[in-house]
Amino acid sequence: MPGLSRDDVAHVAHLARLGLTPDELDRLEGQLNHILEQYAILTRLDTEHIPPTAQTIELENILRDDVVTPSLPVEAVLSNAPARDGDFIVVPPILAGG
Amino acid sequence: MTDAMTDATRLHAHEMAAQLRAGEVSARELATAHLDRAERENAGLNAWLSIDRTRALAEADAADARLGAARAAGPTAVTAEHPLLGIPVALKDLISVAGGQCTAGSRILEGYVAPYDAHIVERLRAVGAVSLGKTNMDEFAMGSSNEHSAYGPVSNPWDLDTVPGGSSGGSAVAVAAYHAPLSIGTDTGGSIRQPAALCGIVGMKPTYGRVSRYGIVAFASSLDQVGPFGRDVRDAAALLHAIAGRDDRDSTSAPVPVPGGLLSLPNSDDEAAAGLRGKRLGLPREYFVQGMDPDVAYRIRESVETLEAAGAIVDEVSLPHTEYGLATYYIVAPAEASANLARYDGVRFGRSVRLAGGDFIADYLATRGEGFGAEVKRRIMLGTYALSAGYYDAYYLKAQKVRTLIKRDFDDLFMAGFDALVAPTSPSVAFRFGAKLADPVQMYLSDACTLPVNMAGLPGLSVPCGLSEGMPVGLQFIGPAWSEDRLFRLGRAFEGLTATADWRRVEPRDLARAAQPGPTPAERMARLAGSAAH
Repeated sequence: MPGLSRDDVAHVAHLARLGLTPDELDRLEGQLNHILEQYAILTRLDTEHIPPTAQTIELENILRDDVVTPSLPVEAVLSNAPARDGDFIVVPPILAGG
Repeated sequence: MTDAMTDATRLHAHEMAAQLRAGEVSARELATAHLDRAERENAGLNAWLSIDRTRALAEADAADARLGAARAAGPTAVTAEHPLLGIPVALKDLISVAGGQCTAGSRILEGYVAPYDAHIVERLRAVGAVSLGKTNMDEFAMGSSNEHSAYGPVSNPWDLDTVPGGSSGGSAVAVAAYHAPLSIGTDTGGSIRQPAALCGIVGMKPTYGRVSRYGIVAFASSLDQVGPFGRDVRDAAALLHAIAGRDDRDSTSAPVPVPGGLLSLPNSDDEAAAGLRGKRLGLPREYFVQGMDPDVAYRIRESVETLEAAGAIVDEVSLPHTEYGLATYYIVAPAEASANLARYDGVRFGRSVRLAGGDFIADYLATRGEGFGAEVKRRIMLGTYALSAGYYDAYYLKAQKVRTLIKRDFDDLFMAGFDALVAPTSPSVAFRFGAKLADPVQMYLSDACTLPVNMAGLPGLSVPCGLSEGMPVGLQFIGPAWSEDRLFRLGRAFEGLTATADWRRVEPRDLARAAQPGPTPAERMARLAGSAAH
């Protein structure tokens, strides 16, 4: 499996929306490559015909009645919002020129 | 009488329950004794991120009122109450308690106030347990030493210069140091069992789906489980009994009955030990991992001989895919974490950085860059990479397939008739601050004997099995899905067999020092690890 360059590390950080300092990028380049080297062991196993396991207890199709139940009060939901305007959360604009 | 003999905090929860019911002690007295001790020793241990005396005493008074009413109504009403009525409990600080903090050990949730109770908090309230406060932990439960908490490390009461294990380090120390008889942790790759082993107490990771995770901060959703710590097996089993069971608000919680047997483990040591006769136990040779502390391996083999001498049939067995567990786990868990932690965006709750200029991407980068610590960033990076276009098949899909092989290893042994497996919990005793900080792979190896159990969704129990150079060693029992009652009975049997062993009478040797003025855990870590470790 390929190693990660410093540019790759910066690209992944951007995908993950993590603002990293140059020092953090340097350190992560070494650490992530060291960890990725450990993953190489998995290539020894032939898994072509092995199904993936995403869930271990084999629960399926858990259904429930679609009933209306009380939700949290608006005040409780919004009380942690960093910026509020009445019953709305203030968010940064996501469309240019807005 | 010595101080230890008159001190209510030295009692087991089942002993406290008996005294509460007999009216020999009140829930308020129990809560006060534990709160006093926790407050006195927290500077030296840093096990607690918040201690809520007001709330705890209110809950204790309610428990006393309920006990009084039950006593007035007669013996049947008293025995109908859950044994946890009036018993103090500590909660890991990723469990929502309405109106209280819930930091998950992270700066990004500093100041966040939980708007509702987690399911298990509702259950604990319903039985009348008394919540004392919230315990320290590795940030977002990512770590094996509690050195990755944004609120400072936790010292192990057996040696204040060593780690308690992690991620539920604060919950383990609260119980080991007699700040509470019981506590709640979470276990994604060993985060209950490994700190239980390193602190000399009992800890269980239940079957995936046994306990609802509603209201608990998510790390890796196909692996996370909630479970109990206690100073003995009966106490831990009673706590699991209180919190287990189906909850409609967590669709992964299973509609499987909670065994009532969890409340009726044998009180007699001999009766407990007699239950071992004819039990078939497998000893997986791969769990004696490379680099394992030889003295820890010796303690485990000695414990296995004790089980055999009592009539258990122990065979060496193989879990051939064990060596792939670490790599598999460190793909699956970070991948799920990177998705779960996407919610910390600074918009709806939690830390928020809004830069001038109105660029929302820049705001995300700054919020998350400042809010997350080094280990969490490392895992988010690993997970994002493993899930990114072009690498998904090579990493995440491959890991999910190997996970199938790991699970089949266990299934094959249980199908072959083994009642349970017996193994080390951790390859080493508690290590010194900083010993594994510089190399994440070395830290990850701490969980080599526990994380395959999470990969397979199985229950695992760690019980103390002796000391190595004065530090506790943990013995792990692993069973098929939904076999918690069986595992607790095996653990109780081992407890009965070793009830008179010398090591059972040894208390954590730095307990007294924790109450004296001295360096904080953060100062000890800085001295031992230096500042370059991160």
